[in-house]
Amino acid sequence: MPEVNMAQALNLTLDHVLSTHTDTVILGEDVGRTGGVFRVTDGLQAKHGSERVVDTPVAESGIVGAAFGMAISGLRPIAEIQFLGFFYPAYDQVVSHVSRIRHRSRHRFTAPLVIRIPYGAGIGAAEHHSESTEALFAHTPGLKVVVPSDPADAAGLLLTAVEDPDPVIFLEPIRSYRRLQGEVASPPEPVPFGQAARRRQGSDVTLVAYGAMVPDALEAAEALAEDGHEADVIDLRTLVPLDLDTVLESVTRTGRAVIVQEGHRTCGFAAELAASIQEEALYSLQAPVQRVTGWDTVVPLRRAEHHYVPSADRIAAAARHALKGG
Amino acid sequence: MLEILQPDGSLAADAAAPLDDEETRLLFAALVAARAYDRKGTALQKQGRLATYASFEGQEAAQIGAAAALQPADWLVATYRDAAAMWFHGYPWMNLFLGRTGDERGGSPPMGVNVLPPSITVGAHMIHAVGLAWGERLQSRDRVAMTMFGDGATSEGDFHEAMNFAGVYQLPVVFLCQNNHYAISLPRAEQTASETIAQKADAYGFPGVQVDGNDLFAVHSAAQPATARARSGGGPTLIEAVTYRMAPHTTADDPGRYRDSNETEAWKERDPIARVRRYLESRGSWDDDRQAELETSAADDVEAAIAAAEDLEPLGPAEVFSAMFAEMTPQLVRQQQALMRYRDA
Repeated sequence: MPEVNMAQALNLTLDHVLSTHTDTVILGEDVGRTGGVFRVTDGLQAKHGSERVVDTPVAESGIVGAAFGMAISGLRPIAEIQFLGFFYPAYDQVVSHVSRIRHRSRHRFTAPLVIRIPYGAGIGAAEHHSESTEALFAHTPGLKVVVPSDPADAAGLLLTAVEDPDPVIFLEPIRSYRRLQGEVASPPEPVPFGQAARRRQGSDVTLVAYGAMVPDALEAAEALAEDGHEADVIDLRTLVPLDLDTVLESVTRTGRAVIVQEGHRTCGFAAELAASIQEEALYSLQAPVQRVTGWDTVVPLRRAEHHYVPSADRIAAAARHALKGG
Repeated sequence: MLEILQPDGSLAADAAAPLDDEETRLLFAALVAARAYDRKGTALQKQGRLATYASFEGQEAAQIGAAAALQPADWLVATYRDAAAMWFHGYPWMNLFLGRTGDERGGSPPMGVNVLPPSITVGAHMIHAVGLAWGERLQSRDRVAMTMFGDGATSEGDFHEAMNFAGVYQLPVVFLCQNNHYAISLPRAEQTASETIAQKADAYGFPGVQVDGNDLFAVHSAAQPATARARSGGGPTLIEAVTYRMAPHTTADDPGRYRDSNETEAWKERDPIARVRRYLESRGSWDDDRQAELETSAADDVEAAIAAAEDLEPLGPAEVFSAMFAEMTPQLVRQQQALMRYRDA
C-alpha cells in the first residue's frame, strides 16, 4: 500500500466516493478549479465534472442550507467550509435545521450530508484560521462529530461519514494534513463510528486525545516511558457517538486519566469526558482527572500561539502530576 | 401591480380570468376550507388546546393561488403561516393541527407529500428550497421547488444567499413572498428602502413580479408561468403577493400597539374569498345552497382533523430519544435508560 499524507488520503477517498456513490456531490468555496485551499479536492472537478464538484459563491449559510435541501431530495452532499472560523454563518442552518429535521419530522425527512471543516492551530495562520470549537457541535443534538488523527482514519472515517444516514461534522486537523504519512487501503476501508483506537498500550496512566492532539499525546507517552511510566493512549476518533466504554476500561485499569483537547477549556469536550469518568469510575481513580486544553482566550496569533496549543511537554507534565497522585 | 379580479367580483378592464369556472370553484372551495381551519385554529388556541397559533386570515388567495401552480411531486418549503398552501399541496389538516398541539408527528406528512414541516425560524428555509431544486435537477427530475415567506424574511441574510444561489445556478425555484405589510410590528416601509420587494429580483438576474395577493387570479397568473418556466430550465422567479394579515401576528400578539384598526377595516373590503364568491355568483356558477354545503363539509373536515390529532397518545419518554438519529448513540441509550429508571423508581 502506498504511503500518503492526510490531505492525499482524503482526496483519494473523495475520488472513490464520487466514482462509486453516484448520489454524492461536493460543494464549497474554491473546491473545484483550485482543488480547495488545502488541495483536498485537487483534480476532482476535472475528473468528475463541475456539476458534481461545485465552486460556490462565498456564502457558508448558503452552502450548508443548499446541501441540506439536496440531502432531503435524495443526494449525499459533501460540503466543505474553508476554515472552522468561517463556519459560524452556517451554524444557524446546522443547529436550527440540519440537526433537527429527523426529530421534527419523526424520521420522515432526513439529511445525510457531510460537512468537512479544517480546524485547529499550529500553522501560524491569520486570525479566525485556528479555531478548535468542536464542543459546539458535540453540544448540538443530532450531529455526529468526527475528528480523524491520521491518514488511514481520515479515509476510513470519511467513507463511513458519506454512508451515514445522518448529518456528520467532519473536522480535519489542519496541522496534520501533511504532518504524518501512512498507508491507506485502495479502495479505502470504512472505519466505524463510536469505536476508539488504542494507539499505545500501557497500564500506568490513560491519555485520551483526538485529532491533532493524538501525535502530541503519543510523543508525551514516549517521554513518560523514558521515566519508566507506560501510558495507555486512546484516540477517540468520533466525539459523537462516543466510545466511553473503551475510555472507562482503560481508566479503571490505570486509575489515572489525562484528557487532551486543543479547544477552549470551559465547557470543552474534556470537561464532558471528565464528568462521565467520575460518574462511572470515580472509585477506580487514584488521582483527580487532569485536563490539558487550550485556554479561555482567543487563539493567539502566530508569535504567541505556542502558549495556547497543548504540547507534548504540557501533556507529559499533567501525566506526571497524575502519577504523583494529583 | 398585476390585478385581475377586483374586490367587487368583476374583472379588471382588459383582464381575462386564467381559470375556467370549474377550476375557480375548486380553488374557491379550498379558500373556504382554509379559512375554516384557520378560524378553528385561533378558537382552539383560546381554549388552550393548541400552542400559540399564527393566523393567515386574508392571505388565503396568495397561498392557494400559488400552490395551485405546483404539480403533485413538486416541493413546497413554507412557514408557520402557510398552512393553506401546505394543505393544498397535500399536507393533511390533521398533521397541521397535530404540530400546533405540540407534537413532532405533525412534522411527518404521508410519504409522497413533498412538503417540508413548516419553518419556524424566519428566512433560513428559502435556501432549502434552492437545495431541493438543485438536488432534483442533479437527479434528472423536472420538479420545481416553491418557497413561501413574508416581507419580514426578506431582511434576513439568508434571503440574499437563497436568491443569489438560485440565480447563479438558474435553479427551478419560485420565491413567493406574501407581503402582508408587517414583520410582527415593523411596517414594510421600515424594513427596506426598496420601492417594492419584487424589484429585488433584478439584483439577482431573474424576474420579479408584484401582484395583488388578495386576488386569486392575479396570484395564479403569476405563479403558473413561473413554475412552468422553472420546470423547463428557465430559472427562478420572485413573486411579491401584496396582501394583509387580518389577524394578530400570533395569538400572543396585540396589533393595537402598532397599527390602526381603520387600516385593518379597510382591508376587509379587499377580502380574497368574498370577491371570488361574487365573481362565481355573477356568472351563475355559485349560490347560497352550494355555499352552505361547502361550509358544512369544510367544518366537518376540520373537526375530524382536530379529533384525530387529539386522539393520538402523546409521545412517551422513550420516544423522545428515538428520532435523533437513524440509530440511537450509546449516549442517548444511557440517557434514555436514566429517564426510564427515574420514572420506574
